[in-house]
Amino acid sequence: MKEKLVLVGNGMAGVRTLEELLKIRSDSYEISVFGAEPYGNYNRILLSPVLAGDKTIDEIMLNDEQWYRDNEINLYKGRRVVEIDRAHRKVIAEDGTSVGYDRLVIATGSNPFIIPVPGSELPGVIAFRDIRDVDLMLDASRHHKKAVVIGGGLLGLEAANGLMKRGMEVTVVHLLDTLMERQLDKPAADLLKASLQERGLNLLMERQTESILGNDRVSAVRFSDGSEIEADIVVMGVGIKPNVDLARSAGLYCDRGIIVNDTLQTFDPRIYAVGECAQHRGTTYGLVAPLFDQARVCANHLAQLGYARYEGSVTSTKLKVTGIDLFSAGEFNEAEGDEAMVLQDPAAGTYKKLVIRDNRVKGAVLYGDTIDGSWYFQLMREGTAIADIRRTILFGQHDLGDAGHGDETRVNALSNDSEICGCNGICKGEIVQAITSKGLFTLEEVRAHTKASSSCGSCTGLVEALLSSTVGEGYDATPSKKPICACTEYSHDDVIAAIKTNRLKSMEVVREFLEWKSPDGCHVCRPALNYYLLAYWPGEYQDDAQSRFINERAHGNIQKDGSYSVVPRMFGGLCTPDELRAIADVADKYSVPEMKVTGGQRIDLFGVNKEDLPGVWKDLSKAGFISGHAYGKALRTVKTCAGKTWCRFGTQNSTGLGVQLEKLTWGSWMPHKFKLAVSGCPRNCAEATIKDFGVVCVDSGYELHIGGNGGIKVRVTDLLTRVETEEEVLEYCGAFIQLYREEAHYLERTAPWVERVSLSYIKGRILDDVEGRKALYSRFRYSQQFAQVDPWKERAEGGERNEFTPLRFAG
Amino acid sequence: MTEWTEITKLDQIPRLGSRVLKAGGVDIAIFRTAKDTVFALKDQCPHKQGPLSQGIVHGTSVTCPLHNWKIDLASGEAQGPDKGCTNVYPVKVEGDSVYLALSADEVAA
Ligand code: SRM
Ligand SMILES: Cc1cc2nc3c(=O)[nH]c(=O)nc-3n(C[C@H](O)[C@H](O)[C@H](O)COP(=O)(O)OP(=O)(O)OC[C@H]3O[C@@H](n4cnc5c(N)ncnc54)[C@H](O)[C@@H]3O)c2cc1C
Ligand code: SF4
Ligand code: FES
Repeated sequence: MKEKLVLVGNGMAGVRTLEELLKIRSDSYEISVFGAEPYGNYNRILLSPVLAGDKTIDEIMLNDEQWYRDNEINLYKGRRVVEIDRAHRKVIAEDGTSVGYDRLVIATGSNPFIIPVPGSELPGVIAFRDIRDVDLMLDASRHHKKAVVIGGGLLGLEAANGLMKRGMEVTVVHLLDTLMERQLDKPAADLLKASLQERGLNLLMERQTESILGNDRVSAVRFSDGSEIEADIVVMGVGIKPNVDLARSAGLYCDRGIIVNDTLQTFDPRIYAVGECAQHRGTTYGLVAPLFDQARVCANHLAQLGYARYEGSVTSTKLKVTGIDLFSAGEFNEAEGDEAMVLQDPAAGTYKKLVIRDNRVKGAVLYGDTIDGSWYFQLMREGTAIADIRRTILFGQHDLGDAGHGDETRVNALSNDSEICGCNGICKGEIVQAITSKGLFTLEEVRAHTKASSSCGSCTGLVEALLSSTVGEGYDATPSKKPICACTEYSHDDVIAAIKTNRLKSMEVVREFLEWKSPDGCHVCRPALNYYLLAYWPGEYQDDAQSRFINERAHGNIQKDGSYSVVPRMFGGLCTPDELRAIADVADKYSVPEMKVTGGQRIDLFGVNKEDLPGVWKDLSKAGFISGHAYGKALRTVKTCAGKTWCRFGTQNSTGLGVQLEKLTWGSWMPHKFKLAVSGCPRNCAEATIKDFGVVCVDSGYELHIGGNGGIKVRVTDLLTRVETEEEVLEYCGAFIQLYREEAHYLERTAPWVERVSLSYIKGRILDDVEGRKALYSRFRYSQQFAQVDPWKERAEGGERNEFTPLRFAG
Repeated sequence: MTEWTEITKLDQIPRLGSRVLKAGGVDIAIFRTAKDTVFALKDQCPHKQGPLSQGIVHGTSVTCPLHNWKIDLASGEAQGPDKGCTNVYPVKVEGDSVYLALSADEVAA
């Protein structure tokens, strides 16, 4: 017999919990759902666009009734639960329906707060919470003219905007002199006020409602100063109150909300509470992002995995009024000792403020230009030290070197047919359409459904901005802890720490120790685990070919037609006539369709059949070539310039140093690809300042540069230090690589890694800690013993034969 | 008539890996899972004909190496929001041998 699970409250948090549960374990319970509203589950957030006429009710349905049938869930819609009989473990609805439970989830949300003034019960006084309220408002807008909205917060302003768009004359009444005072500081609120007034909204600030007047329906609102204003409808947008009546009457411990622990259990462990009705560590939430976090943890516990914990959420806010870009997060009014950084451009109508405490972002308010909201939010949640980026932080992440999309920062201003994802040709309209019609909330979901941002990722920022402007703060840009993939709850850092501290030495052991959800892992986590194990246990861990992406397994880049490319290593870009002849001979012998000089100063042979690879390698190997690892998360190329030997400006032997560096570093597996360059003087012909590690020779020695990237997001390197000898260059380079190998996340290039951990941190490890640097360097050289084996030669001599030999059908 | 033909020994296919079988005009990918179940699919992804044999095998799926579509080994269907299907061929393991059933016109295809 399956256990019985009952959900009371068919809203966003409750149903999300069921979805998360079904994802992990689809057959563990017989599930029943009670909902007071007569619908399936819909996206409450999008009621505002429905009111404004930008969306229809059908477009905001998240799970229609078919979904419940498909998942064998009994849906009791339009039935309010009035009693929880804990002694007999059953719930009883208004109409007498009674269903027993083994476990119960309460997700009853909130009730809108109606200020208890005389007249508040009159017809024409409407809240803004559910579809019924929206219907009432739409109906009123067809028959009446004047609307008064009480409350100048998020909810009130979205209601006012909608009613205005429906042709009503709208006045917003606010108690204070600052709109959205819980999200905005005074300057931002003033900007917002001005632009709302420009759109035709009337604002009455600092008015306290005393009573609502009218005989059989509302006719006016009177304020405490004696003034009155006419009204055909009055919308209450003053706030919400967690809906705890049912829980309280069942004897569950409640304060403002239903008290829950870190696994979302109430004081009765069979009963969980999630969503706006729950109070966790003293906090109740009124936004969906934290509720979704709760849903995930609650589902984990319901599925009897029980290792996920909810530790509270940091939230951010956006206003869903088309054309107004506003973002707010954290503590946006500075306390004593805090610093406020402000950037204001009145002509452009933009305002940005960051509150900084102890070198960390504590809060942000953005108005007019919100593209960096998710970045500041991330810095805030991750507690990133900002000293290194302080000078430019207000200009945004873009200014750190994201040249990818230039000034296309205001996604709202883009037309529906502007292309967002250049790799897959996806336009803004398609993405917005998918987000709303399929009810998408996360970047991953958008990637899966539209393919946007799923290839090179350079449009990720734009897609994130579209998500947040479409679904508001329901979109959770930067989960505080991002799991490696769907197979686990653990992040890269968790896994790295577990491997190190518990001395885990095989993939099976890691997956078992960390309770992986799928026994073999997947194409995302397997290559990552394989890398971490190789990096931590050099000489001990046996590489797993089946956990490598095909390029690394076949030691060539797979092409769109299934053939492979071959790029032999040319140390420092140097070559001899004999070597060039050997390459030419190979190309002739195997009828290579195309040859090309690469951007990495060597030669690429395109279109080689997989079966021919070992033969090609054998010939190259005879001529002294080894693999160029052009396919690997490994050392790629060391670009060099002419240098002192020939160039009239050269200060040092840049070619020779490049060759030495390449001899030192080739073969090493890394979190991502790694590129080096050595330029002979500051003219920098080898483009050393966009490499992972770049050396610029100067008269007095060598400048060492780190964390550059010439790819999707161009990033110029940071200067690490200057050294005097070639030996030092090698030592610092090896130490830097080893630090990167040990601490970066798999598939994180040095550029984002340096930004994440900060330049100061790296300087601390490589410059200040001399012993540490030497130890890193010696660990690097130790691991190179096992890594510097030419994979091509091994295979040319018959290794991994099965990989390259097809079976033949004789039958 | 289709007949079972021995194509290889089980240990010639890596666990969580595959081999390509050249059968006349078609390439067939022969997969082996962690639990030693064997599947055979036409070696062409329904998306843009990527060689599925070169993908990473996990559970009873393979992830295409070109653009990461996930294909179910048993049905040949793309999973998740992606739509498409590739041919499935009957295979079986008896003792340590792997057999495939293929009709004459499939080989000619
Ligand atoms: C062959 C080459 C183009 C050429 O003909 O010049 C090339 C070809 C590819 N590059 Fe590149 N890149 C090549 C130089 C570069 C350079 C220039 C350089 O190294 O100076 C860059 C910018 C510099 C940099 O990386 O910072 C470059 C930035 C990228 C990126 C973006 C990386 C980033 O961090 O933003 C990718 C995508 C990725 O790695 O995820 C990429 C990926 C690729 C892949 C591997 C795409 C793929 O996954 O299949 C291409 C393989 C083609 C093939 O079938 O062989 N390639 N690629 C160059 C090989 C150099 C070599 O000798 O090994
Ligand atoms: C107009 C509007 C705009 C919003 N905009 C945003 C936004 O931009 N971003 C954001 O993050 N959040 C926004 N929110 C808030 C967000 O919608 C809520 O935080 C979220 O819906 C709360 O989810 P919940 O499951 O806790 O409650 P709800 O979604 O309210 O679900 C509770 C459900 O339980 C039912 N119920 C209650 N009692 C019983 C009972 N006894 N028996 C049976 N059923 C019962 C209710 O009818 C309701 O359907 C907005 C809210 C509104 C109203
Ligand atoms: S070689 Fe590089 S730039 Fe050219 S298409 Fe391939 S990935 Fe893009
Ligand atoms: S060809 Fe397989 S995913 Fe594109």
